[in-house]
Amino acid sequence: MKYVDEFRDPEKARFLLEEIRVLVPQIQQNRNSSSPIYIMEVCGGHTHAIFRYGVETMLPDGIELIHGPGCPVCVLPMGRVDDCVALAHMPGMIFTTFGDAMRVPGSKESLLQAKANGADVRMVYSPLDSLRIAKENPDRPVVFFALGFETTMPSTALTVLRAKKEGIKNFAMFCNHITIIPTIKAILDSPDLQLDGFLGPGHVSMVIGNSSYVFIAEHYKKPLVIAGFEPLDILHGIWMVLKQIAEGRCQIENQYKRVVPEGGNTVALDAIGRVFELREFFEWRGLGSIDHSGVRIRDEYAEFDAERRFSVPALKIADPKSCQCGEVLKGVIKPWDCKVFGKDCTPETPLGALMVSSEGACAAYYQYGDIEKIHDTRALVEEMA
Amino acid sequence: MSSVVEVAAKNGRPRHRGRVKVPNITLAHGGGGKAMHDLIDDIFVEAFDSEGQLPLEDQARLGLAELAVHGDRLAFTTDSYVVKPIEFPGGNIGKLAICGTVNDLAVGGAIPLYLSCAVIIEEGLPVETLRMIARTMSATAQEAGVKVVTGDTKVVERGACDKLFINTAGIGVIREGVDLGVDKAQPGDVILVNGLLGDHGAAILNARGDMQLSTPIESDCAYLHGLIDTLLFAVPRTRFLRDATRGGLATVLNEIAEASQVGIQIYEDRTPIRSEVKGFCEILGLDPLYLANEGKIVCVVPREDAETALAALRSHPFGIDSAIIGEVNDHRAGRVVMQTVFGGRRIVDMLVGEQLPRIC
Repeated sequence: MKYVDEFRDPEKARFLLEEIRVLVPQIQQNRNSSSPIYIMEVCGGHTHAIFRYGVETMLPDGIELIHGPGCPVCVLPMGRVDDCVALAHMPGMIFTTFGDAMRVPGSKESLLQAKANGADVRMVYSPLDSLRIAKENPDRPVVFFALGFETTMPSTALTVLRAKKEGIKNFAMFCNHITIIPTIKAILDSPDLQLDGFLGPGHVSMVIGNSSYVFIAEHYKKPLVIAGFEPLDILHGIWMVLKQIAEGRCQIENQYKRVVPEGGNTVALDAIGRVFELREFFEWRGLGSIDHSGVRIRDEYAEFDAERRFSVPALKIADPKSCQCGEVLKGVIKPWDCKVFGKDCTPETPLGALMVSSEGACAAYYQYGDIEKIHDTRALVEEMA
Repeated sequence: MSSVVEVAAKNGRPRHRGRVKVPNITLAHGGGGKAMHDLIDDIFVEAFDSEGQLPLEDQARLGLAELAVHGDRLAFTTDSYVVKPIEFPGGNIGKLAICGTVNDLAVGGAIPLYLSCAVIIEEGLPVETLRMIARTMSATAQEAGVKVVTGDTKVVERGACDKLFINTAGIGVIREGVDLGVDKAQPGDVILVNGLLGDHGAAILNARGDMQLSTPIESDCAYLHGLIDTLLFAVPRTRFLRDATRGGLATVLNEIAEASQVGIQIYEDRTPIRSEVKGFCEILGLDPLYLANEGKIVCVVPREDAETALAALRSHPFGIDSAIIGEVNDHRAGRVVMQTVFGGRRIVDMLVGEQLPRIC
């Protein structure tokens, strides 16, 4: 495949790995500590690619990747899933969603189960598909489950704008869009956090640009490198973070220049600004409530806001007690350290959302992970106990 | 409305053969009366027994002596076909229903001989669509050298099924000495496939039109007993064969690893996938290892026979792009690991759920 294979070239990977193998001990020596260098990839797309290509299995000891909160499906609290299910069961309703949200467990049902139990839940690939369904079914309400970071916000915003322009009356959004910056800030403020640097999200940055991250370097003194999603992008990004650490720099750098413009995408940002406004706070699974971390639809477009048009239960449902998703998200523990990982919580019967999406750290480990390493770690832990 | 055509039956006496004159199937065509007989005559007898060779009984009658000529064990299988859409690039549900069941017999080392054909039709299906599919089945069966010898027709109300469901059962005979098994893989064995993977799954997904992508990908739907014959003749010690249908290559490899209690290692750069399918998967976030195939088998053979097996597969029209993709080892039993193009390793597990539409 053109423009793809170039970014999966094992020869170039070997070259970068050699450099990384030199940098890691050098940093450890500078610090006078043999503890690993922790780098968090914020974005679920990175997590998926890291496992898909076995990037983690290629890295030397002394460097550990922490799989951050950037999978929007994974950080969705159970109460919001229940709201989706309630909407889906409303009379006449056609509820439309991206496929990977179908299996996220609610307190009683997932959307997939709701579908099996008679709700008209349909998988779409774009909010515009949902709008088309609304036009084809003018006598039925159609709701789109809008979810994701700044990456998917523009397409939702443009769909709302189009619905308004075309005067579509039976279409609404259940808005669960979240923003990345307050979340990174919440992670950085977390007291039990040991991070040395970040791989910044490529597609979010394509929309919002570079400047929003400056506080991470200036205030928190952590390097961040915006990286693409091909395995070579990721290795290159890791190398750039290590290089900064080795040279004592904390900067926002852009590895993904072929896609991410300095100032972001102004057309997309304009659409987002017209349709959405910040919520005071938004509930995250595992991380709790984070101020200004979610958006809702502005009053001007209230007719397209499912939360205002329909009565959704909006109950706060606590995560299952045994679930340690929050600690995994913050990188405090590895997925396999969680008490229920692979036991009560598997991709077939997920307790936590991290086990659901292919971008979730737990599902990725379960599906693609280095099981030998997990077994060895477990054996070691058991021996020590 | 139906007209009557007289044809000569086997015993020389004229038999009345009905004709369907309405454009769409109605519940009357499943009612057991004249409309149903006309439908069976006009569509199925016409397609499968146009010369009136078979007696119209409730069962096919097969001579034991004729079967015993081919081998010492019967193979018997059944499969239902519910693919959506019923017509797709590279075939239709009828071709699939013949090839799928022929392949299920063939991968056991059997010579496929007889099939049944049971259809469940949703009222409203155009009669011409049904006729076209029955003719495809007849033509495919003829090419494959199998006979459709018995069948059944049901019509259900609108919404109770989706256009047309087909079940075919098949009988074949396993040659003496052939003994393939999913539990027979041994460390050191090699794994082959007979060509490019994922075409069927991608073609079906694309044919549904949800994605609005334009690709030239066609289903690989094909009957493989000829290819399998060639392989078994060249490598009689072949351990195991399975068609990589639902769940794709990844699922079959996991089945082998589990049943044989062995580890399996495959190499991404040796696994043949056409670039259109790679691109299709890339856009939709799918993994081609899990895409369905309808004309691909996974073969396990002893290491010393690897090249012979490869040459045999490649000598057949349905095996031109065959490749050795990996090997069996004695590491973690039950685990399938892939060396990625990038140089890393990843586990290839069974897929948990299926978000994808019906594919076979």
